[in-house]
Amino acid sequence: MIEVQNLTKAYGLVTAVDHVSFTVNKGEILGFLGPNGAGKTTTMRILTGFMPATSGTARVSGFDVATDSLEVRRHIGYLPEAPPLYPDMSVGSYLDFVLRIKNIPVERRRARVDDALEKTNLGDKRNELVKRLSRGYKQRVGLAQALVHDPDVIILDEPTVGLDPKQIIEVRHLIKSLAGTHTIILSTHILPEVSMTCDRVVIINKGKIAAVDTPQNLTTQLKSGQRIQLEVRAPEKPLQELLGQIPGTSRVQLDASRTEGHLAATVEAAPGKDIRSVVAAKIVEKGWELYELRGVSMSLEDIFLELTTDDAAHAQPSN
Amino acid sequence: MRSLYAIYRKEMGHYFVSPVAYVLVGLFLFLSGFFFDLYVNAANEQSPDAPTWVLRAFLGFLALVFLFFLPMVTMGVYAEERKRGTMELLMTSPITELQIVLGKFLASLTLFAAMLLPTAGCVVFIWMHSDPRPPFRIVLSGYLGALLFGGALLALGSFLSSLTENQIIAAALTFAAFLALWAIDFGTRGASGPAGQVLQYLSVINHYDDFTRGIIDTSGVTYYLSFMILFIFLTVRSVDSMRWRRA
Repeated sequence: MIEVQNLTKAYGLVTAVDHVSFTVNKGEILGFLGPNGAGKTTTMRILTGFMPATSGTARVSGFDVATDSLEVRRHIGYLPEAPPLYPDMSVGSYLDFVLRIKNIPVERRRARVDDALEKTNLGDKRNELVKRLSRGYKQRVGLAQALVHDPDVIILDEPTVGLDPKQIIEVRHLIKSLAGTHTIILSTHILPEVSMTCDRVVIINKGKIAAVDTPQNLTTQLKSGQRIQLEVRAPEKPLQELLGQIPGTSRVQLDASRTEGHLAATVEAAPGKDIRSVVAAKIVEKGWELYELRGVSMSLEDIFLELTTDDAAHAQPSN
Repeated sequence: MRSLYAIYRKEMGHYFVSPVAYVLVGLFLFLSGFFFDLYVNAANEQSPDAPTWVLRAFLGFLALVFLFFLPMVTMGVYAEERKRGTMELLMTSPITELQIVLGKFLASLTLFAAMLLPTAGCVVFIWMHSDPRPPFRIVLSGYLGALLFGGALLALGSFLSSLTENQIIAAALTFAAFLALWAIDFGTRGASGPAGQVLQYLSVINHYDDFTRGIIDTSGVTYYLSFMILFIFLTVRSVDSMRWRRA
């Protein structure tokens, strides 16, 4: 449904999007994850036909965004970061206007507005002026605007910003219910959002793609590089030595202990090796008291940080 | 065509559902009525040319008021849309820049006509009660000229509004541009030589003067139409250039 190849966008000397390639299948929800300024919005703006790319190609519903821009725009619904609303219009007439500029014939408009209002739970706000709505309702009107013409592809730039927790859950449900019949790209910097709503995730940082996978795969992939947390009553030096000698450990770090005489340690092991039983056996063998041993799986949060703060971590030793 | 109408309809809604149109039209009509009364009282009743004099003075006065009112009509046309982020909605919809620009231009022209046409009441009144009656073509050509003159100013003002996100800046630029056009006319009155003639031709006011004398000169009509087309074209380019900016 969406094919992006080597997409690059440079603003003068700044490269906002750098050779980005990915595809989105029909009916899929793709999450665009990255810190602020990573190039999410720029990529989306290119896909919606708002701005041209510097190089590379993008196709939406089989149409090239550069050469068939109008055709692409016919097939997408787009919610920019700030919902594009006219404060002096009522919700109903605003959606009607959107349908008009999307070239939807008059006989279908009424039904489309009803449908969009129902999906976004705005039924009772049809005659309310947009400027009288609260932030959350405005965001929902923005969402209604993106899906009112029943487009094949819906592109949502941070759709849950400004909503309260209950509304966030509603919007996530709505997005999930749209999948299948619609292809959706949504951007966010909120990690749970991605694991809850998306089929696949593109992690983007400084304009480059850092990873593309399902949320589950991303989590398990890094869980295999295992991390164990320990709490042991033992002398500091020997413990460090012992843990370091266990085959498969890649890093041992002693943390500040929580209780007097107890040591807390974090052990990282190479991927594919479960060292938990070995660690436990060795400690008991020494006669030390083992209070806690647990495997910590890396959350999306860790993956995200690992992938996006890479440069910072590498830069530090040289200082 | 349907998309153009959608834009036109939205702009008309913006003008006439909000107080914008009523405040502008109301103030304009109040001012023009007040000055019309002044001109009628100032006219020399004994002179057979008095009705013509009132008509010309009044039409000239209208042109002056446009300079102050039309920047207020056009200042928000694009600047407000850009500030609100709704330009992004328009530009990711299946409509062309030309449809957006023409829809907005025609809407501003309609609002302008709604300001201008009621003043014809005064003019027709004086025409009916004059003896002898001045030629009616002065009324017709005067209003045709006013529409063309206002249309040209609206096209220029809309273009300037597309250059900025700030309505105040748009209004200030437009007002300054109008005054500059006015100044060209002032500075070149009675100028001779090729340079003077070129400047005289370029003056927006100069051509309007002909219309208020009852002369419909094709060079004047051509001038105003090309002026409008030029600035509509530049506005299309300016709107298109928003796609290339970092925002």
